[in-house]
Amino acid sequence: MTAAPTSAADQALAAWSRRNRRRALWTAALGLLALAALTLDFFLGTAMSLGESWNALWGIGGASSRQSFIMHDLRAPPALMAGLVGAALALAGAEMQTLLDNPLAEPFTLGVSGAAALGAGLALALGLRLPFIPQEWAVSANAFVMACAALAALQALTRWRAGGPQTLILFGVGLAFAFSAMVSLTQYLASPEDLQQLVFWTLGSVQGATWAQAGLMALVLALCVPFSLRAAWRLTALRLGAERAEGFGVDVGRLRRGALARVSLLAAAAVSMAGIVGFVGLAAPHVARRIVGEDHRFLLPASMFCGAALMSFASAAIKLMASWNGVGLLPIGLMTTLIGLPVFFALILRRRAA
Amino acid sequence: MRASGDLAARGLRVRYGAREILKGLDLPPLRPGEFVALVGPNGAGKSTLLRALAQLIPYQGEVRLGAADLRKMKPAERARLIGFMPQSLSAAEGLSVLDSVVAAMRAGGETIPVAEAARSAFAVLERLKIGHLALSALDQLSGGQRQMAGLAQALARDPEALLLDEPTSALDLAKQIQLLEEARRLAGEGRILVAALHDLTMAAQWADRILILREGELWGHGAPAEALTPAMLAEVYGVSGRVERCARGRLLVLADGRL
Repeated sequence: MTAAPTSAADQALAAWSRRNRRRALWTAALGLLALAALTLDFFLGTAMSLGESWNALWGIGGASSRQSFIMHDLRAPPALMAGLVGAALALAGAEMQTLLDNPLAEPFTLGVSGAAALGAGLALALGLRLPFIPQEWAVSANAFVMACAALAALQALTRWRAGGPQTLILFGVGLAFAFSAMVSLTQYLASPEDLQQLVFWTLGSVQGATWAQAGLMALVLALCVPFSLRAAWRLTALRLGAERAEGFGVDVGRLRRGALARVSLLAAAAVSMAGIVGFVGLAAPHVARRIVGEDHRFLLPASMFCGAALMSFASAAIKLMASWNGVGLLPIGLMTTLIGLPVFFALILRRRAA
Repeated sequence: MRASGDLAARGLRVRYGAREILKGLDLPPLRPGEFVALVGPNGAGKSTLLRALAQLIPYQGEVRLGAADLRKMKPAERARLIGFMPQSLSAAEGLSVLDSVVAAMRAGGETIPVAEAARSAFAVLERLKIGHLALSALDQLSGGQRQMAGLAQALARDPEALLLDEPTSALDLAKQIQLLEEARRLAGEGRILVAALHDLTMAAQWADRILILREGELWGHGAPAEALTPAMLAEVYGVSGRVERCARGRLLVLADGRL
């Protein structure tokens, strides 16, 4: 039986639907990849083999309570944190690139990382801590407050002198330099022990993460994601130009403020929990864009999954390297760049060649 | 779509820094069904006027469509009344023409299902004879095709008034005619259509009325035969020229030289 002849409209719309289904499938595949990476990261470790890890997780095969503790309380929170931080940075990066209409934008472009580092530096090196905050949260709390303060200053500046994305970027880069100078100052003033801690923090790490921290990170992400997804069509329209989007009935000012608030929260939370993990926020959205295109219904989740996968693979790689040569766990901020860069370059070069 | 009333503006003032671009301009009522060409030299304020009418830039004064004060409306409501097509269209990598028109429909907070939006978006593309480009990436279109895609985006919400900023600037002769014919048809259905044009002969051929802008003020307006005169060419453009009728009775604007 042959299908009834269809009109050009039906054919085009069917092709469009197929393309969207393909994008949705790719997004789901990236989600599975992120999940696989997280699982791999979770089961890899220096103290136990894969089999032992499996047994310890479920409390079978004569696993000791120490092994069970390692799986549930030492491995699970960092593994979860790596995925969550990756997802948060990538989502923030994707929104930032659209918001500022700049492919180089990432959560740290606007000085967030510098501000967070300064907050951490003040706590670690100079002992300046927020009151009523428990000791183990002091560095994160300082970093979070400083990162939020930096972005609030940025929001205020752009509101005061209404300007486009370029103004925002210039303000942000200016702030980044100022914070970087102040971080150097705290490093200069710090004792050698404090300095080592500070340097380690700025290189990024999720190894010390607790369930409470991972839970908080998950909460921040859960708060932001629905709003991001709700703004997906508006963000797609913004890719056609701010004036176009405004003409379509998008309140661009409001969209920018909302997205900037989400980006601030995500980046500040991620930085305060994991230190400075570069490259994920820049590269993950670009990788996702190459795979699913600019339609933000797919781009936003795909970016999150790419970011999570990149972080989890980096974390797993660190553990593998540590078990091979016993150098100890390298900072994850270095590894994300080393792992992500080849993928990033390959995708860009392939696109250029095509 | 028939416009619910005239588009009119009073006392429009726009300044960029210290420079006043529109100097208290009063716009005569533009009627439903009318194709109005906006002409004037570079820097006269044509684009600024269109942007102010579309509520895309801050201005002093009043813009009304029928009884509605456009400035007081929410962006999403306003977008149902006014469609604007800017001169330059940026093309996001990897978005297809159909994606962009669906985004134009959905971005203003419309809740129509995506499949339905896609169907009406495709109908707009077919109407503009670019249905075959539906799945082409915006960044791979020619300048003229992109211009048509831009018009499709502006038309997506079936607005009562359509403002086109130099819609023919990137088009070859055949495409210019196609676009202006389409603009005529859109006006003929009861919309208010305003297009900033540089080619005065084209404006004379297609528009019902011509608005002439000079240095941020309305210099004059009227039917093509009244508005386009050697005196206007001299005073507004600083050009010595003639306005003649060809054998078919059409107006031809001929510029002889600068004054």
